[in-house]
Order: sequence, then structure tokens, then C-alpha cells
Amino acid sequence: MEPVAIVGVGMTEIRRERAADTCADLVFEACTKALADAGMAIDDIDVVLTGSNDFFDGRTISSMAVMDACGSYDKNVSTVEGDGTFGAAHAVMRVLAGWGTCLYCVHHKGSESVMPLITNAMFDPLYERFLGIEAITSSALQARAYMDRYGVTEEQCAHVSVKNHGNAFGNPVAQMPLELTIEGVMASPYIAEPIKLLDCAPVGDGASAVVLATRERAKAVAGKPVWVKGIGYNCDAFHLGDRDLSKVDALQAAARKAYSMAGISDPRAQVDLVELSEVFSYMELMWLEGLGLCEMGQAGKFTALGNTAHDGVLPVNASGGCISANPVLVAGLNRIIECALQIRGGAGGHQVEGVWTAVAQGLNGPCGQSQCVWVLGGEA
Amino acid sequence: MAAKRVGIVGVGMTRQSSARRDVYGIELINEAVRAALDDAQMTRKDIDAIVIGNMDHFEGINYVDTWSVDGSGALGKPIMKMTTGGTTGTTVAMGAYYHVASGMFDRVLAIGWEKNSESDTTGAIITAFDPFWDRPTFGGAVAGLALEATQYMAETGATEEDAAYVAVRDRKNALNNPYAHLRMELNIEAIMSTPYLAWPVKLGDMCPRTDGACAVVFASESIANDFPSPPAWVRGLADRHLWAYTSDPYVNQRVKGGTWFPAMERATAELYEKVGITDPLEQFDVAELYLPYSFAGLRYMEALGFCERAGAPALVRSGATDMGGKCPVNPSGGVLSSNAIGATGLLRVAEAALQVQGRAGDRQVPGAALALATGFGGCYWSDELVIGKEKPEKVRG
Amino acid sequence: MDDWRGSQELLVMDGRIKVPYTWSAGEVGTSYLESLRDEMKFLGTRCGECNIVYHIPRMHCPDCFAECERYVELGSRGELVTYTVVRRHHPQLSPLEGLFGYGVIKLDGADTGFVHLLSEFDEGELASGARVEAVFADEREGSMLDVKYFRPVRGVA
Repeated sequence: MEPVAIVGVGMTEIRRERAADTCADLVFEACTKALADAGMAIDDIDVVLTGSNDFFDGRTISSMAVMDACGSYDKNVSTVEGDGTFGAAHAVMRVLAGWGTCLYCVHHKGSESVMPLITNAMFDPLYERFLGIEAITSSALQARAYMDRYGVTEEQCAHVSVKNHGNAFGNPVAQMPLELTIEGVMASPYIAEPIKLLDCAPVGDGASAVVLATRERAKAVAGKPVWVKGIGYNCDAFHLGDRDLSKVDALQAAARKAYSMAGISDPRAQVDLVELSEVFSYMELMWLEGLGLCEMGQAGKFTALGNTAHDGVLPVNASGGCISANPVLVAGLNRIIECALQIRGGAGGHQVEGVWTAVAQGLNGPCGQSQCVWVLGGEA
Repeated sequence: MAAKRVGIVGVGMTRQSSARRDVYGIELINEAVRAALDDAQMTRKDIDAIVIGNMDHFEGINYVDTWSVDGSGALGKPIMKMTTGGTTGTTVAMGAYYHVASGMFDRVLAIGWEKNSESDTTGAIITAFDPFWDRPTFGGAVAGLALEATQYMAETGATEEDAAYVAVRDRKNALNNPYAHLRMELNIEAIMSTPYLAWPVKLGDMCPRTDGACAVVFASESIANDFPSPPAWVRGLADRHLWAYTSDPYVNQRVKGGTWFPAMERATAELYEKVGITDPLEQFDVAELYLPYSFAGLRYMEALGFCERAGAPALVRSGATDMGGKCPVNPSGGVLSSNAIGATGLLRVAEAALQVQGRAGDRQVPGAALALATGFGGCYWSDELVIGKEKPEKVRG
Repeated sequence: MDDWRGSQELLVMDGRIKVPYTWSAGEVGTSYLESLRDEMKFLGTRCGECNIVYHIPRMHCPDCFAECERYVELGSRGELVTYTVVRRHHPQLSPLEGLFGYGVIKLDGADTGFVHLLSEFDEGELASGARVEAVFADEREGSMLDVKYFRPVRGVA
């Protein structure tokens, strides 16, 4: 792959409810920040992509709500529905296909809708939806399958919550920095066994944007570019009973592709930091294994030993992750942005020293059905 | 950075009809996908990535990309969903083009589909607009388009009969298309006698609501000649999605002194400059245009540069856009004959490809080598592609 | 600008997207749901190429796209592959009262599982691999809720 650089990033603060800001306000703020970060004006942008979801926004053609705010006036523009990792992947394609710069933004206002009703609508209307299953209950089926298969414990999952909520204290955009203990997480009430309240990511309001550029255009940018080394995405079966929910086939396939593009043959040795989409605490363990960063079934022990802490051998979600800030579709792009900030040395209070290669991961659909993996690096 | 050149090497479409109750949505998608794979003599395993689009609230399914894998063939493959309203089908085509042009994938399947029979299309379309400012008063697509028609008639002196000519032309063309939904020989009087929906738009001026799907295989230049049919090349593409509010066209024209549909004009200017089109009526052999209602077949011809402003009634009545004319428009019957919304734009691209491949059957324009395909949607948004028989030297952006 | 933004009490407009849907089940879905309604029997389809019995049934194999053989009659008992006991649920989404859960159930004769409700179980009784059986509704109208839920098979199976 020809080198593509992330030359500008912008994130709004993520809060439970940003009642004073419309989706367009959030997008405008994120795009303005990303352009400022790149030292660019909107005239320097060749093509714009937006990300949104009609169900979450309660709006058909949800991208229309931000067409004036994203700066796409009189430019080519398009929309990828779903997680920011996928939309940003398409932005990379546009740059590779001949556009010099691409601004990609994605927004989410969870406060304006009822999440269980919306995630229920991703299930099949003939066969599943009327059973009332939604994101938490379906994920609980996966958590149980995974934990049963490998003997992973609820305490090991709780370590993820404690660590990530603690990491969020270093991240001013995060929504829920919390000082938790394993006992505290374990004592939180079950929502759908084995998932407890403090295993769940909240839902928040926010937007983020990135500016991508060719190597040529990146030269004109003052700041340090971060390079897209590899991208892979892949989709598993839809019906939950078609999949072995304890397996991570789609993630493994996505990671294989991203690593091969990036020339990564030994991810455990070569990856310095991970930002992944742990919408529920068990997912951090599963996704770490799917990314080839732990043996299957071993991420629980690995995490409980502190290896994924901010000062561990492989920091995971040093930003606090999704469990501390989850503006749903934005969450994936924030994983990419956090990796970029870490590589640039610009992560502030949650900076990890010496990050050269970082992995970001996002997902669409129930139980991580569709997975996207990015490898980012410090040089082209 | 050089983009890979991209050819269309397989096309599949379902029979379009008012209600495809015989198939579930996923099965409808699969019908188009299998047809496209058969057409390209490929199997599911040969596909590298998939782009799918529809409008969420027309079927009431969130995350259609993950829901539809059994039909789309995305099991164990990369898939993403692109949705922009009426332009969805062309957006999906452009998305698939960029998947291949980027060099990341060699064989990409684009899918557009809709089962408009399964919901209240107007009810869903109204929710496309701002919940505070527009939604309480917006009357849906018909009323929105009627505003444009009224304004166009006042501006140019065009008549309802002029518009009816377009409806007669497209529906008659549909008689040659075995996949089309409405296939009927009508005359202007028949269109004029249909009831008004919102003056001056009559039932006979409007597109139908349709169930249908379309799938198109895009391939990289390195393999595009390895398929049974010669590729139809993507020679250029451009789009503009300028507006967010229902009043924007009015404000642009009456307050700012601009035009009603600058998105189409601006996209057209960029596209023609990129591809080298100076006289579209002479240079294009055929056009498959997203004309959601008859009046669009007048105004959009002007916005696309086929004639001067206010010149469209004379142009279409001259027969230049009829089959056998200088540049036949919508040999397939167009949107006025079939409108499964998410599929509609992709069908324009698919039909354009079939034409330049010489595979359009009874609706073939003899010798067609260069075709224009457009998508319309959102708040006067425009997607445009040029599809050609000849491989381009280079495609810009 | 920040001054008035900070001090203003913000209005919120309630809305609800009210779009009715009529999902066509298609030929396969219709046969399946009619069988549940009229015969209280689960039907699968078999891909002869991949030798997989799909439940829920598919017209075409999602893997090889071959047309599946219709239909294979399945048992109304099966194995609980994975499960959850639901402790908090959105009231609009709960079709059952009292203690209930969800499970992925692989019916006897099927190679794939499906999701359904679980009820009539005791605290701590559910386990992956357990045998469960369908409890049909008395009034059936051709939907997945014609099966009220699955419950553990007790005593001699």
C-alpha cells in the first residue's frame, strides 16, 4: 500500500448528554479541531466522508444533518454507515485512489435515543427481533460462551473495567473516569449474566474527525504525520447460532490482513499499544486474543497480572477505552485517533512512552460480527 | 499516487415489482448477487469485498451490512454499508469503484436493494429532514418535488404536457426491459388525466414504489479482461451533496440569486472537465438518469448541460432523447418505471455498463460507447458517473 | 456566545419514528412459520454441497450459494449452546414475566443453532450443554413467539 498519513485529528469531549449541541454542532467542532490540528483550512480538503447511522439519529439519511457542518460544500462527499474504523478505512481508499486529502468525521448522540430499542432493531425481524434480544443480552450469550470455553472468570473481566475507568483519569475527553475495585465491579448488579453493570460501556454524545493525506500532501503539514500501515476488515455470520460465539474468526481474518499489509509477523513483539472496542469488559479479552496479542483463552490471566495496564508490557486502552467513553460509532474512530496521538507523543495525561506501532480495532453488528483492524506507525 | 482503473465485469438485477412477497429481503439481495456472479462467471469465493446500501427506515433494519450476509455473500469477507438516500445506489457504485481504484481489492461487489412494499415510504422519507425545522411541515418527496416543478414552470414556461412527454418516453422504453416494474404504452393525454398528487405533479408523473435489488461486480484493470464480457470502464465520477434543509433550494435561488439545483451543475462541471465532455448531447451515446418524476427529465437535462436553460422541453420533444435519437435517455425505462430506491442508482450504473458492453438486449442503443449515469437524492444531491467502452488513460479522483 | 449557552434552560422535543412495517417472510419463511403454527414442528433446510442442516432455514446456502433442500424436520428438543439469565431488561422488549433468559439452542437434527427465550428454570439450573425443549403457545399465529420459550428437559429425556 502507498503511504497514507493521518495529519490531523479532532475529538469533542464525550459526555452522557450534550444537550446544547446538535449533531451538526458536534461535527463542526470535531472537524474544526482536526483541521486546526493539521494546520489546514477547509479549502485544503479535497473530499469529505461522514459517518452516522439512521437508527441512532432517528433520521433517514442521517448524514444530511451534518452536510453543512462537515465542510463538504462544493466538494465530493459520501457517507459510510457504521463504526468509524470502517468509514475511515474508506477514507483511506479515497486517498489511495487519487484524492490528496480527505476529511472524515463521525457523530453520535446516544442521549437522544433509547439504545436497547435501537440495538434490538439489528436483529432479524422474522426470527429474532420479537424475542426482545438486543446488544447487552446478545453479548451476554457471547460472554458466557467465551468464558465457558476457556475458563475465563468474571474477576478477570472486572480487571478490564477497573483498569480502563482508571486510565480515563488521564484523558480529558473521556466520559467516565472512575476509581473502581475488583470487588466493586463484582458487586455491581447483573444486567444479563455474566455481564454486570460495571462491565458495560456507557453511551455518550460526541463526534470526531481525522484528516488523511497522501505522502506528498503530508509534507506540507507542520505536525508529525502518523502513517496508516495496514487495514483489514471482515464479517462473520449474522445469526448468533451460525457462529461459535467463543471464536473470533472475523477479527482474526481482519488482523491477518492488516498485519500482512503492515509487515507485522510477530504482533506480540511488534505492537507497542492497543486501542480496542470493549463495549463490554469481556470483549477486551476476546479481542486481544483475536488480534493475536495473547494465546486464545489467556487474555484474562494476562490482564489480571497487569500486563495491559498503562505501564504494562502491552498497554491496552490507555485512553480509558469504550468502557469510559462510548459515543457508539465515534468510538471506533477514537481508537484510531488515540493510537495516532500516542505515536505522535501527543496523548497528554495518558501518554505511553515509546509507542512506535499501535493497533486500533472497531466493530459493527451484534457480538463483534464485523471487525476492522488498523495498524498505525511512526514512519511511512 | 495513481488510481487503478476499474471495470464493471458483471451485472445482476432482480425482477422489479410492486411487491416481491415471494422472497424475504435477504433472499431478494441474494437473487441479484447470484445473477451478478453468474454473469461474471464467478463464485462467492472470488469476491474480495462487498459494499451494500439501502435506506434503513424503508425496511426497519439496523446494520443491514451485518444482517444481510447470508444473501450478500459477505460471510468471512469485508463488507461496509454506504447510504445517502436516493443517491444510495450510485454512492454504493462509487464506493465499490474506490475500493478497487485504491488497489486494496481486485473484485468488489456493489449491492443496492429495497423492499419499498414493506413500509410507508413517504413516512420514512419525511424523517430525512430536520426534526425541529422541517419535519413538522414537510410533505414528503412528492410535495418537495412539486415545489421544484412549480418553480421550473414559472421560470421557463414549460408545461405539464412537456413533463408528461418524459413520463411517456420512459414508460414506453420500459417495454423493452424485462426487469422493469411498470411497462406500459401511454400517451400524454393518459398522463394528463391521472389525478394530481401535489400540483403540478400527477400520479402519472411520479416514479412507483418498487421491490428490487441490483448487484454489480467491479474489477481492477489487471484482471478486468479475464471475464466473459468485455469490461465497461468507469471513466470518471463526481458528486455534490450540498444541502441539509428543505428551504435551501429556495434560499439559494431567490435570496442568493443562484439556481435551484447547483449540486447537479457543480458535479457536472467537475465531471465533464475531468472526462473531457464539452457537448454531452453529441458525446454521450446514451444516458441513464435518476429522474424521480417527469419534470426532472426537463430540468436535469439543463443542469447536465444537454441544452440551454429552459431548452429542455424543446429538446425532449425533438425526439433527441428517445430511442433512436441522438442520445437516448433511460432505455431501461428509468426510475419512472422502477424505483426500488436503494437499487435505483446502482441500476443506472448497471444499465449504462450493459449499454457500452452491447449487452442491453431489446433496450440496446446500437453502438453505444459512452454513457452517463446519475443518482439523485437527499436534498437535491447529485452523483454522476461516466461509463465507457474504452479504457481510460487515467481517472482523476 | 458561551454566556447565553451556559445560562439557558434547553428545550427538548420528544419524537418517535412511527413507520409501520410488513416484512414478507418469503416462501421459505412462510413454510417454516406455518409449520410452527400448524404442526408445532421446526423445519430446517439442508445444503447438499456443504452437508449442513440450517436452522433457521435458508433458501440458499450462505457459504456456497447452492439451493438448499427443503425441508428437514427437526426435533423440538436440543442442546443449550450458550445462555444468559436476564436481570434487567427494557420493559418494551420483555416478552416474558419473571425469571427468564436467552439461549442459543441447537435442535436435534440441526447443525446450526438459533436464539430463543428460556424460562421455567431454577436459579443456577442452566448450563451450557444442557438439554432443553420447546414449550409451544396455545394460540399460535405464525411467528417465532408461537414457541413461548425453551425449558430444561427434566428427568428421563
